[in-house]
Amino acid sequence: MPEKTPLYECHVAAGARIVDFGGWDMPLHYGSQIEEHHAVRTAAGIFDVSHMTVVDVAGTDAKAYLRRLLANDVGKLGVPGKGLYSCMLDASGGVVDDLIVYRRDAGEFRVVVNAATRAADLAWMNDVAADFDVTVAERAELMMLAIQGPQATERAAPLLPAAIRGRALDLDAFASVADGDWFVARTGYTGEDGWEIIVAAESGCALWAAASAAGIRPCGLGARDTLRLEAGLALYGQDMDRDVSPLVSALGWTVAWEPADRAFIGRDALERERARGPEEKLVGLVLEDRGIMRHGQRVTTESGDGQVTSGGFSPTMQRSIALARVPADATGTCRVQIRNDKRSAKIVRPPFVRNGDVLVEI
Amino acid sequence: MSEVPAALKYSQEHEWVRLEDDGSVVVGITDHAQEALGELVYVEQPENGILLARGDACVVIESVKAASDVYAPISGELTEANGALADAPELVNQSPYEDGWLVRIYPSSPAELDELMDADAYVQFVAESAA
Repeated sequence: MPEKTPLYECHVAAGARIVDFGGWDMPLHYGSQIEEHHAVRTAAGIFDVSHMTVVDVAGTDAKAYLRRLLANDVGKLGVPGKGLYSCMLDASGGVVDDLIVYRRDAGEFRVVVNAATRAADLAWMNDVAADFDVTVAERAELMMLAIQGPQATERAAPLLPAAIRGRALDLDAFASVADGDWFVARTGYTGEDGWEIIVAAESGCALWAAASAAGIRPCGLGARDTLRLEAGLALYGQDMDRDVSPLVSALGWTVAWEPADRAFIGRDALERERARGPEEKLVGLVLEDRGIMRHGQRVTTESGDGQVTSGGFSPTMQRSIALARVPADATGTCRVQIRNDKRSAKIVRPPFVRNGDVLVEI
Repeated sequence: MSEVPAALKYSQEHEWVRLEDDGSVVVGITDHAQEALGELVYVEQPENGILLARGDACVVIESVKAASDVYAPISGELTEANGALADAPELVNQSPYEDGWLVRIYPSSPAELDELMDADAYVQFVAESAA
């Protein structure tokens, strides 16, 4: 039986089509995935992302542990509340998962990892923790909501507890603030402004209901996927996994090479790959012909073949866009094998859309 | 329950078939099918004049989720595709039995029509598939 979030009954009552996602019964859409997508680009939407796994790391060695575990460096988190995006690598530089880690008060950290990788991640984090004085504690009792869109914070602010409201509105990107049960971060997976909120189930259900009543549109995982694709944000398991490194996944910028003596897991393998020069890269594609690009389709470039890692229809651009892994020196146009035809696509640098604006030429 | 017009014939692949006065048939997908597929974003238009055997893939429809083949529910010559779908694939969702029709086929074996389900049988077929 798939797991259910505390909002499951609310989703069903709101007319959601429920699908199994990573072992969870989640809303795919509430009637129109495309309208939900546009709501987030033009106004505000709310997503139940309680399937995501929240892990708190505490103990004397918490910082040292995360500097070993993660390819990005939590040493950059100068003040409590700050967060950063990172990959967690294996020894060969393959991506175990991608995540966001926040520094909290008193030397503690909060890590948010993917749902589908929960068991593997917890096993990996616990294995690495054996060499450190840390506790790694999953917070399965908490739920998580994302409120996203140009009007998200303005519309949702009145729904937050007064004690946290002002500080939440003042947050910079990737910063967070906590108060009691509430944890609010200026992060998201849509390419729009907004918050991700981690909170106890009772408060979270009340917030979801209040947000819906305030005209913040409930959005399902379908819209979440097209929004993140337009924003050029990689999806674990599709755009990268343990078979590839961050360097061929457009995530080289998340690897903290300095200080050079920080021995994070996977560093040696990445150093060798960097010295050789990565053979591939992750790029954006905009289909010039008609049709829809999909995960797994073959891409032909003048420099050799590649593959679509994420593809679909962009509601904002009204055409098909994709992320694809291609030879490192591929540029210009390419051909995508869509069923029996080869269709022309332009190689671009993601993101396709940010803050409501199309950023690539079409 | 989705809409199932009584005047149409239905295939097990969730296509509907309407016999016209000139002997041709108009083919589309059922309300049940469009709802299961999700919002359509592209319809691959077939070429006029191709000859189809019953069961041949004749149209590709792409939803927000995935690409799906539509199979000829009857053998014959494809004489017309719904050109309106090139710019408005959502017509299939909004009006699956009228504006969202897919193709017109001139049957080569009209007797095949009798092997399709009527509305009552299709309603039962959908109910049993869901069970």
